[in-house]
Amino acid sequence: MESIAVKINGRGITTCPGRTILEVAEANGIRIPTLCHLKGLTDVGACRVCIVEVRGQFLTACTTGVADGMEILTDTEVVRAHRRTIVEMLFAEGNHVCSFCVSNGGCELQDLACEVGMQSVRIPYAYPRHRVDASHPRFLIDRDRCVLCGRCVRACGEIEGARTWDFAERGSGVRVITDLDVNWGQAETCTGCGKCVEVCPTGAIVRKGASNAEMGKNPEVVAQLAERRSHG
Amino acid sequence: MAKVRVATMWFSGCAGCHMSLLDIDEALIDLAARIDLRNSPLTDLKVFPEDGVDVTLIEGAVANEEHLRLVRTAREKSKIIIALGDCAVTGNVPALRNGLDADRMIESIYGSPTTSNGALPYDVVPQLLGRVSPLAELIPVDYFLHGCPPPAGLIAKTIFALLDGKTPELVGPDLKFG
Repeated sequence: MESIAVKINGRGITTCPGRTILEVAEANGIRIPTLCHLKGLTDVGACRVCIVEVRGQFLTACTTGVADGMEILTDTEVVRAHRRTIVEMLFAEGNHVCSFCVSNGGCELQDLACEVGMQSVRIPYAYPRHRVDASHPRFLIDRDRCVLCGRCVRACGEIEGARTWDFAERGSGVRVITDLDVNWGQAETCTGCGKCVEVCPTGAIVRKGASNAEMGKNPEVVAQLAERRSHG
Repeated sequence: MAKVRVATMWFSGCAGCHMSLLDIDEALIDLAARIDLRNSPLTDLKVFPEDGVDVTLIEGAVANEEHLRLVRTAREKSKIIIALGDCAVTGNVPALRNGLDADRMIESIYGSPTTSNGALPYDVVPQLLGRVSPLAELIPVDYFLHGCPPPAGLIAKTIFALLDGKTPELVGPDLKFG
């Protein structure tokens, strides 16, 4: 098997081509914060949180493949500053009010703010108006809390094979929809499997009946399913 | 040694952050010995001291004309401003009305025949701003205490660091909202 040499934060690492920067970093115990990435799903680089510096360029570690001689910096002051700004933008463009969220204390966005050292959001908050869809008998979506990571879209399409979830519109108007933008409860393709609930990193897609800070999720279920099927 | 002059303010918030400040228990005794508490909802001093203070802790978001006036006064007359809690830091619950029409909201809540004689009492109640703002959108803020409310330990750690002349280190779990 062909082997290549890369450097991450000055440390020499031998690996093989075809792997992403994120995979190589994780395999070598180097932490890169992520949000839209989820083991078991195709990486899309939607959230930009995993940016790293490669020869002055900022690339998403989850979608950039390693190449021989690549020198990768994951934790410089500039990378950290950009990453913090990206997380601030995620907060500014939604209504991520942690205090009364069902996922308070179990939210990947909330944890990310702590990890990147976000003191405050320096970008003016957009305070958008969104629609909550509680038409499904067991689940609901609060789009105020959606970060458009697309995990629901990918889990539904790639693992469940239902393709109920998708994106609609463009730019700041982008939102996730069910079927051809019908209420979730009327979406004929939805199997009610709940994978979208488990993979959603925030309190956007949740089980009904959960109160403040009561929502626990299990995003690893997707990787477990993918792993078992690979042996099939 | 001269005592450190401290003010606290309460804008659009539920007073939970002030409750959390009181929740530092026996540390309040040390604190009382080291600070001179000026203008605060916890005292009867209703006017911000003309000669200024060292530290002002502000709970709540800026939601009406009076908050807007006071937040500017506080900045002008305080060496250090601390945003105390999620409403002051992010807007939090009070900012949920952003995007709705403030006048129509007032009308629908207070303008019904059962609660009003027809006129809104703007002569005694400050006018709502069209948009609720976190402090840092209006004035420079020195430190941000996250949480709804910020844990008592976080408040104590920050205040005592400042009293000791150190820079408070707010990292990791200190930065948890909610």
